Amino acid sequence: MSTREVFALRGYLDPHLKDRTLSDARRVVSLTDITGETCLNGRLAEISGRSVLLSAAGQFLSALAMLEIDGVARRMLLCPPDLAADHIHALVADAEIDAVVTDQPSQWAGSGIELVVQAEEQLRPARRAQTERATEWLMLTSGTSGLPKIVGHTLEGLTGAIVADGPARGAPPVWATFYDIRRYGGLQIFLRAIIGGGSMVLSEPGEAIADHVARLRKKSVTHISGTPSHWRKLLMSGAASGFSPRYVRLSGEIADQAVLDGLRHAFPGASIGHAYASTEAGVGFAVNDGLEGFPADMIGESRDGVEMKIVDGSLRIHSRRAAHAYVGRQAAALTDSDGFVDTGDMVELRGDRYHFVGRRGGIINIGGLKVHPEEIEAVINRLAEVRMSRARSRRSPITGAIVVADVILADGCDTGRSEEIKNRILADCRASLAPHKVPAMIKFVDALDVTAAGKLARTDA
Amino acid sequence: MSVRLRIIAAIQQIAAEQQVTLPPLEDNLSLHETGFDSLGFAILVARLEDDLGIDPFTISEDASFPLTIGDFIRAYENVHA
Repeated sequence: MSTREVFALRGYLDPHLKDRTLSDARRVVSLTDITGETCLNGRLAEISGRSVLLSAAGQFLSALAMLEIDGVARRMLLCPPDLAADHIHALVADAEIDAVVTDQPSQWAGSGIELVVQAEEQLRPARRAQTERATEWLMLTSGTSGLPKIVGHTLEGLTGAIVADGPARGAPPVWATFYDIRRYGGLQIFLRAIIGGGSMVLSEPGEAIADHVARLRKKSVTHISGTPSHWRKLLMSGAASGFSPRYVRLSGEIADQAVLDGLRHAFPGASIGHAYASTEAGVGFAVNDGLEGFPADMIGESRDGVEMKIVDGSLRIHSRRAAHAYVGRQAAALTDSDGFVDTGDMVELRGDRYHFVGRRGGIINIGGLKVHPEEIEAVINRLAEVRMSRARSRRSPITGAIVVADVILADGCDTGRSEEIKNRILADCRASLAPHKVPAMIKFVDALDVTAAGKLARTDA
Repeated sequence: MSVRLRIIAAIQQIAAEQQVTLPPLEDNLSLHETGFDSLGFAILVARLEDDLGIDPFTISEDASFPLTIGDFIRAYENVHA
C-alpha cells in the first residue's frame, strides 16, 4: 500500500483564492465557490469506485463534472464531442463502464449501463466531497478512422509537465485554448488553469473567430494554446489585433517557421513556443527559442523524467507523463520492451536541430520516392503571400501518385497576382526540395478543412 | 486551341519548369527522347486531365502507354472524338 497522499483536482480549488472563474460564451462559474456545490444533484457518492463515462454536450459541464468526479470514481472516460455513436458500445465494454454521467440521460436509458447520473449546469449546494482514490483518466485517441483507442493516464502523469514548469509568474493567469478540453491538448490547459490557481475561458463550437477573440479580450486572457491550424485561422481572420496574450503555445501539429514568425509579428510582447505532446506519450518537451524543430541535444539524455530517442526516423519517448496503457480487451502494447512510446512522428536532422517532417502513415509514394506532405507545406508556407497550405496525393497512372498543393493566400493578397505567386511557390519548392516533392499543380482555395481536433484534414493520409 | 496544340503547350511548359531541352516535337519522336522522366509524364497527364477533362491512361485498364509523341496525342484525340 502506498502511503502517498492521493492527488485529485478538488485539492486545487483553494477556497482562499478569489476571483477565479470558468467560463464559456454563455456562462460563468466561480472556481472558489464550486467546492461547496454539485453538478450531479448530490449523487456523487453513487459513482464512488465506478468506471464512469462522462458524456456531456459541452465543455463547460464536462469541466464541472471532471472537477467533481476526479478522486471519487475508479475511472473516468472523457468523450469528445465528435465521438461516433456506433463506437460507444465497444468503448463501454473495453473500459468496463458501469456508470454514465450525462446531460442527456434519456439517450442512455436503453444502454444497459447500470447507473445513469444526470449532470446539470445549475449547481446546487453540497457538502465538500472527500477524495477517496486516484481516479484513472481515460482519453480517446483522435485518429480519423476506425475505433479510437482508449488511453489510460493518471492525474499525476497528466500534470507532470505542469508541476515541472512551476507556477506562472506574475498575476494569476487566465488560460484559454482553441482545443476542446476533452482532448489531450485542451485538457493540459484546463489542468494548468486548475492547478496553477488561474481562470479558464473555454472555446465554443461554431463560434465566429471574431466573437471568440472578443471574449478572450474581455476576459483578459493571458495564456493561450492551439494547433498551428487554429493559429493560422486566427491570423487569417484579422481578429488578432487588440488581443495581447503573454503566453502563446502551439502543439498538435508541426509548427513551421512561418506560423511561429506570424505569431511573433501578431503578438510582439508574448512568449511564443511550441510543445510536443500526444495523447499516448504525454507532454514531451517545449521549444521556446522561436525556431521550428528542436535542438538535437534534447535527444538521448533524460530531462524532467522524459527520455527521447529516434529509431527508423521516428521519435520515441519514454516518460513518466506518458499514458500507462491502452485499455481494452484487444488493446495493443503502448510501449516497446524498453518502455518507449513510438510516436509515429518522423523527424530529420538538419544541422544541429531535428525537424518534424510528418506522420509515418501520411507518406505519399511517387513512383517509389517518398515525401511527407508537411515537408512541402513548410516550404510553401514560408512565402509571405501564403497563409496556409495543404499538400496531398493525387493518383497518377504513371507514378501511382503525384503531389499537388492547395494554397490559401494571405489576406490582402491581390488575386490578380496568383500566376506570379504560383511561379514563386514552384521556384521555392524547386530550390528547396527534391524534384518528386515539388507540387505538380497548385490550386488557390478559400478554405481548408480542419478536423474537430484542430488539425488540418488529410483525407488521403 | 486544338487538343494537339494544348498537349504541345503543356509539354513545353513542363520542359521549361524542369529545365529540360526538348527536341522538335514530331509525331515519330519517341517519348523517352523528349528528355522527360516518369515524373514529368505524371505531371503532364495530371495537368491534361484538368485541362481537357480526360485521362486516357486511367479510363481504359488495358491501354498500353504510348511510345511516341504521335501515339500520346492520339490517345487524347481518340477519347475526345
